[in-house]
Amino acid sequence: MTVALFVPCYIDQFFPQVAVATLELLESLGLDVVFPDGQTCCGQPMANTGCNSDTAPVARRFVELFTGYDAVICPSGSCTAMVRHHYAEYFADDDPAFTSVRDRTFELCEYIHDVHGGRIPDVCFPHRVSVHQSCHGLRELGLGSQSERMVQRPDKVAAVLNQVQGIELMPLTRVDECCGFGGTFAVNEADVSAAMGRDRIADHSGSGSEVIVSADMSCLMHLQGILRRQQNRLQVMHVSEVLVGRELETAPLAAAQRS
Amino acid sequence: MNESTVKSSVTATTDSRRAIMDRLRGQVIDSNPIPPIDTSSLTQFDDPLAVFQQNLQAVGGESHLVDRPEQVAEILLGIDVFSSAEQICSLVPDAVNGNVDASAVDDPHEFAPLDWTIAQGQFAVAENGAIWIDGATLPHRVLIFIAQYLAIVVSRSQIVSNMHQAYQQIGNIESPFGVFVSGPSKTADIEQSLVLGAHGCRKLQVFLLP
Amino acid sequence: MKLPIVDHPTAAKPFVTNEDRSHWHDDALWFVRVKRDRQASSVPEWEYLRERASAIKTHTIANLGDYLEQFERNATARGATVHWAADAEEHNAIVLKILRQHGTQRIVKSKSMLTEECGLNPYLENNGIEVVDTDLGERIVQLREETPSHIVLPAIHIKKEEVGQTFHTHLGTDAGASDPQYLTEAARNHLRNKFLAGEVGITGVNFGIAETGGFVVCTNEGNADLGVSLPKVHIACMGIEKMIPSLADLSVFTRLLARSATGQPVTTYTSHFHGPKDDNSELHIVLVDNGRTRLRGNDTFRPAMHCIRCGACMNTCPVYRRSGGHSYRATVPGPIGSVLSPSRDAKSYKSLPYACSLCGSCSDVCPVKIPLHHQLLAWRGELVGNGLLPLSKRVAMKTASFLFQRPGLYRTAGSMGRTALRVLPHFVTHNRFNTWTKARELPKPPRESFRQWYIANRGNPQRRDSVNGNATTHANTRSNGDAS
Repeated sequence: MTVALFVPCYIDQFFPQVAVATLELLESLGLDVVFPDGQTCCGQPMANTGCNSDTAPVARRFVELFTGYDAVICPSGSCTAMVRHHYAEYFADDDPAFTSVRDRTFELCEYIHDVHGGRIPDVCFPHRVSVHQSCHGLRELGLGSQSERMVQRPDKVAAVLNQVQGIELMPLTRVDECCGFGGTFAVNEADVSAAMGRDRIADHSGSGSEVIVSADMSCLMHLQGILRRQQNRLQVMHVSEVLVGRELETAPLAAAQRS
Repeated sequence: MNESTVKSSVTATTDSRRAIMDRLRGQVIDSNPIPPIDTSSLTQFDDPLAVFQQNLQAVGGESHLVDRPEQVAEILLGIDVFSSAEQICSLVPDAVNGNVDASAVDDPHEFAPLDWTIAQGQFAVAENGAIWIDGATLPHRVLIFIAQYLAIVVSRSQIVSNMHQAYQQIGNIESPFGVFVSGPSKTADIEQSLVLGAHGCRKLQVFLLP
Repeated sequence: MKLPIVDHPTAAKPFVTNEDRSHWHDDALWFVRVKRDRQASSVPEWEYLRERASAIKTHTIANLGDYLEQFERNATARGATVHWAADAEEHNAIVLKILRQHGTQRIVKSKSMLTEECGLNPYLENNGIEVVDTDLGERIVQLREETPSHIVLPAIHIKKEEVGQTFHTHLGTDAGASDPQYLTEAARNHLRNKFLAGEVGITGVNFGIAETGGFVVCTNEGNADLGVSLPKVHIACMGIEKMIPSLADLSVFTRLLARSATGQPVTTYTSHFHGPKDDNSELHIVLVDNGRTRLRGNDTFRPAMHCIRCGACMNTCPVYRRSGGHSYRATVPGPIGSVLSPSRDAKSYKSLPYACSLCGSCSDVCPVKIPLHHQLLAWRGELVGNGLLPLSKRVAMKTASFLFQRPGLYRTAGSMGRTALRVLPHFVTHNRFNTWTKARELPKPPRESFRQWYIANRGNPQRRDSVNGNATTHANTRSNGDAS
């Protein structure tokens, strides 16, 4: 299997360690991983603002760049959902390059769970973890059961995380409420966004968790920004970092500051 | 607004009808017919009576299993607000003797001081604790809503599982009025605190005859 | 120039930054959402019912002309008088005419979002008619001279202490009293007198049934029924989208409505009206368009007409819960309101489609499966297409698109940005002009991007001969690629 690694723009620029962990994880699964050069962004910021004419060339470029691989794997549910569910308006329905890329683009946990048999190499992470389900991962990709819909689906992120030795998944009160990131929403509606983020953090903190783990780094970027402002010792990690056995960063802030 | 503008606006109603219909007809939208409901996918209860009683309790009502109509009065007399009631309108005379003859009243406003109405339910619905009351059984429909307390007598052999069966049971609607009653009148408009007895009955007693 | 343009972030700010109040409001609505979940999960065929409700509405809206005619025919045969109103003004005039014909001084009215939409209350009051809203929540906001902040829970934004104050002023309740039981009892007694004095009862309509010519009104309080079963005249105001074909279809909606709205298995009273009370009474049904036929003409937004006004999308919306219903400055707030309002006036309501994190929860609680968050996203596209996005945002997106199409420039810009964040002092990057940093820190910028790491650790990334090259050759080029 030759798979292409798609690294979303903000991960490339701000969270390279997440892309490194994703790459190492995929390699440890025995996959031939290539990193196509020239990749930038899936176009979601423009699409979510309604700037469809600005999205179209970015989407077309993405499809050209990622055509021809057995799979395109992305450490972000949101960017994967963009390709799978929102690219259609920029392509002809029967455009084979588009449909092929659309049908082969996977979020990381989803790929492991659905395509790769679900197993991961042995790894240990002896910590209390609370999982943040990103909205697009959950509701658009169906990575788990959602509280709104009365259908059961396997929780793909938890299924992968549960194989990690020593990990303890902590229950949340509101299992799948939005963290308030929402792309440009975070700056358009800064007050509401921040209030949503603080509420999510309170739920995670209240669970006794040491670290918020998510398949979407964009949500975590927002939550981490608030945690740091609060001088809260709760950490965030991308799921890939846990799955390759990265250490939990020890508390960098004074314990007394924990809120 | 003066009379002339009122008049001109209302003569416009026929024009408006035409305009609305023209806009609707002018935009043809393809659609599929609604397929018949798949009854096999609907929940049927093995014990609709038990489910009904459970749901009635959940919506704030109280149910009583009785074997004979006379037991209704016996049970009601054990309830303080009934034994002390001054005005009782019974539409189920073989169960309760009322002292207000509703059919002799012309103006429904006269029911303002009514303490109790005893009504006849046609059938009940297990999934939501509702009871169907056909307006044809009511000399005045306000009787259901204006009394401080309401009791409904219904046969426990007449309990359907769900609303699909309920509307089948109703069949063709003949009366100008019919109502499903599920529990006593209630509100939660003040801070989501549930309060029974908003405008209608403060409590609902349901008597389940064989 | 003073156009009433709603800026949701500004309108929401006082509510959301009042943390106690915002949390209290959020908790109250989440409580309702949880009750809804419990009810929905108790119905194994829940998702089937949603599918079916959506199919019924799609079919009915497509054939709305036929069903309205059938409804009118059957309603008339049962003795009702059917009126047609093209817009809000005509609706109000029709109602006033009926009231004038009966020399009406005072009316009692149950909850109707349509009459709110049409501004019926102020119109009638300006014409000298006393209007009493009889739904407790609506009466509270009416006494406070406010508008409902939620379509099912009109007073959800008001604390019981504030209700106590209002009732103390208007109903003479004890000063400082805030017990909901006590206050509800006071409202009951106050409104009993209003019911007895009402000369005409006005209600909304939850469902109009074409096959029977009747309609259904759902309440928990019994206020609609009490309001219309005392007077001789009942006026029912109905948006044309409330139509459904048959009683069999009604069964689907009566199972979904209250469960979705308040987490009850059904409303306390589900009342079916088919013609006037008796020979001495009148039943008037006012069918209202007011922009609905226009909405029907739009393929993208037509499903918004499926709405049965349960309010579930508001209860679940994380933005609504924290910013309060009044921040939308619209009769219908929340997700469905943010779809409907711009269809009335795109310019005034252009900020509402952006008052959404696109979490998608609304679409999945909606009992009639309106793809609400997709419609909000579609609205953004419409607004941009109509030049209604602020220039600064438009330019930002153009620039982003430009960079994302040019990897070299993107890398340079990224590198410069990270360097700037690293070297600039905190107060420069975290000031009041940077919206991100009002409540958050910026990410700590790494020295190298992933691509730089990749080149250092794995060699050059795989390059295409040409981005526009033939896809079929890639398998071969890849196996000989330079990624190792």
